[in-house]
Amino acid sequence: MSGTPVEVGQVVGIRTVEVSRADLVHYAGASGDRNPIHWNERLAREVGLPGVIAHGMLTMGVAINVVVDWLGDPGRVLEYGVRFTRPVEVPDPGAALVTITATVGAVDAGTARVDLVVEAAGVKVLAKAQALVSLPTP
Amino acid sequence: MPIDAGYAGRAYPPTAPYLVGREHVRDFASAVGATHPSHRDPEAARQIGYADVVAPPTFAVVIAQAAEAQLIADPAAGIDFSRVVHAEERFTHHRPIVAGDEITTVLHVDSITERAGLAMVTTRCELVDGAGRPVSTVVSTLAVRGDGT
Repeated sequence: MSGTPVEVGQVVGIRTVEVSRADLVHYAGASGDRNPIHWNERLAREVGLPGVIAHGMLTMGVAINVVVDWLGDPGRVLEYGVRFTRPVEVPDPGAALVTITATVGAVDAGTARVDLVVEAAGVKVLAKAQALVSLPTP
Repeated sequence: MPIDAGYAGRAYPPTAPYLVGREHVRDFASAVGATHPSHRDPEAARQIGYADVVAPPTFAVVIAQAAEAQLIADPAAGIDFSRVVHAEERFTHHRPIVAGDEITTVLHVDSITERAGLAMVTTRCELVDGAGRPVSTVVSTLAVRGDGT
C-alpha cells in the first residue's frame, strides 16, 4: 500500500471465510478458551444457545486479517475494538460463512480508522468494529 | 449467587511473567487464519523491524484471559461462567507482541453494573514487557445472565 493515497470510503478488503467445528477446536487450543459452548452441542443447548457457536474472539481475530494484509505489517494496528452482537452458529456437518468488508472511515495525520462490517448468515455479528491503524509515510 | 459488585475498582497484583513462544504465535496465527509472513517467518519479521515473529492483533487476549481468570474463577465474585457471554473487546497496542516477550499483566475490574437481571463486568488488563514498558491494554466486557433468564 506504500505510496498510495488513502481516502475515506476506500474499500481496503472484502473476504469470505469458512468457520467449521474443527476451526473452533483449533482456536480453543491456541487461545486457551475451552468454554464447551464452542465445541459441545449438548452443553450449548443446555445454556439456551441454538447450537455450537464460534468464539467471539475467533470472529474478531479473523476479521482483522484483511486489514493486516492491506497494511503489510501487523504492528500498524494501534487499536482494535468490537461489540459482539449476534453469535455465529457453526453447523455440523458444514461451516459458517463469515463475510468481512473493511472500509476506510476516517483519515488523520499518519493514521486511519478502518470500519469493519462482519456478517454471517446475512446478519451483522459485530458492531462498532473499528481499527485505528498507522499509515506508512508516502 | 449474585455477582459481588464490591469487586469493582479492584486491582490485582501483577501476574507471573507470560513467555510468548514462537510456535505459539505461529499456532495462534494459523487458528485465526492470519497468513502475513511476519507471523511465521522470523526473517520476514526482521525485514519490517521486529526481533522475532509478530503476534496477530488479537493475540493479547490469550494473556489477558489468563489474567481475567483471577476474577472469573473466584467463587466469591459470583460469576457463573456458563452464563457468560462476551459483549465487547478492545485492544490498544503500544507496540506489537513478538516471540520472546515476557509479559506481566495487572488486572483491573473497571466496573460491574446490573440491570434487568443482566450484569455487565468490564475488566482492563495492562500488559507490560520485561523492562516494565507498556505493551497492550485489553478492555473486555462480559455480560452475565442472572438466574431464571
